[in-house]
Amino acid sequence: MNEKTEKLIDKKGIRLDGRKADELRPVKLQVGVLSNADGSAYVEHGKNKILAAAFGPREMHPKHLAQPDRMVLRCRYHMAPFSVPERKSPAPSRREVELSKVIKESLEPALFLELYPRTGVDVFIEVLQADGGTRCASITAAALALADAGVPMKDLVVACAAGKVEDKVVLDLFDAEDKLGAADVPVAYMPNLNAVTLLQMDGILTPDEFEKAIDMAMDGCKKIYELQKEALKTKYMVIKEVEE
Amino acid sequence: MSSLVTKVKLKQIEQIIEKGKRLDDRSLTDYREIKIEQGVIEKAEGSARVLLGKTQVLVGVKVETGEPFPDTPNNGVMTVNAELVPLASPNFEPGPPDENSIELARVVDRGIRESHAIDTEKLCIEPGKKVFVVFVDVYVLNHDGNLIDASAIAAVAALMNTKMPNYEIKDGELKIKQGYTTLPMKSHPITVTIGKINGHLIVDPWIEEESVMDSRITFASNEDGNICAIQKGGSSYFTPQQILEASKIALAKATELRKKFDW
Repeated sequence: MNEKTEKLIDKKGIRLDGRKADELRPVKLQVGVLSNADGSAYVEHGKNKILAAAFGPREMHPKHLAQPDRMVLRCRYHMAPFSVPERKSPAPSRREVELSKVIKESLEPALFLELYPRTGVDVFIEVLQADGGTRCASITAAALALADAGVPMKDLVVACAAGKVEDKVVLDLFDAEDKLGAADVPVAYMPNLNAVTLLQMDGILTPDEFEKAIDMAMDGCKKIYELQKEALKTKYMVIKEVEE
Repeated sequence: MSSLVTKVKLKQIEQIIEKGKRLDDRSLTDYREIKIEQGVIEKAEGSARVLLGKTQVLVGVKVETGEPFPDTPNNGVMTVNAELVPLASPNFEPGPPDENSIELARVVDRGIRESHAIDTEKLCIEPGKKVFVVFVDVYVLNHDGNLIDASAIAAVAALMNTKMPNYEIKDGELKIKQGYTTLPMKSHPITVTIGKINGHLIVDPWIEEESVMDSRITFASNEDGNICAIQKGGSSYFTPQQILEASKIALAKATELRKKFDW
């Protein structure tokens, strides 16, 4: 690892960006931001800026990918070339392919796939600016886009990471903490069903630290969950006001 | 596989799992028989073949020289690639790696990287200019379930078997000398995958169980009993309690395998 020029957490337990250990970055959620998509959402999670759009349920293209007994969910997680300090090639990297897969698998448990046989739903996620924890913010936005598209869901999926920085378990790592910290544990969660739909980890954690990190991440998820519901209600209420 | 056959099979597998047994006579926490053969490919710097029941994975390691990454000028480089070659399963097709082989490669990579298995500082030849690059190529030869564990075990076994060329630097030029030394390693991670079928956790799912299971979770752990990588897969969920239970099973299984392999 590189020599650390700065301490990631100071003596008072305050992190580089001024947060406490169990504090989230500011989260801003907006639903219905794109007119061509059936559903869409925009999330700002700290410096992360992410757009998600959902199309469907609609006919599958190519047709042979359709399933006779259920709907097929497809996800594409993609980073804009200008989203990171050094230009990222727009071609999908191995990381993006893997993240697209785990994001898809984190959303599937929320959907009633068997209700729409032979159809497909596509979720497109574009990371416009990345600052650590983009997969989590993407899931939060994608779930809102699906809900906005009117796809029936068992619960919203919300995601947040916890990790270990300077021997301390902390919530919601940003880029510098992710790169220099000891571990990162992204968690996607459906609060009403108490179901974890995405769990990954890299770094080294003792079993106790791992347990603590999961609990902390789920608490973070619950906070963002309230914002998600609020964002959906906000869109609904704006329409109602216009009608009056 | 048609969904009708799968549903019939699901019922059969569920019923027997309710009784704490499995179709192939294992208990819920048993691995299939594991065989490791090292040094099976003489032309590779390191290699290992792992048989996990009927699942067969071959890993070859090639060591070459190359440039370090700009942000880690003093460290050698390791890359993992996985090929699901068409001879391994009727469902594998030739072509560029799909999301399954990319996920497999990245999960194996994460276990090795995050446990700091390879002492990459010792792979540095000239800081910022020349380092050893370790290519780990996972070749799945027969798919009978749980490719992740078979591949991860084979990858670590192949690295343990890897020989590095001796070298010296003369007038700024790298010269390969006679003889070999072993690849410097700091840790030997063990990867354990647990499947979930109808709320029951099973260790080392084989292909029939994989075709009906809801989801899986993989834990890589090191000698100290700490977790160094996790990956959940599959289109269902785990409750927080199931995750903690799975982590305990996985760590216990890893200890057991570590003793057996003498790693």
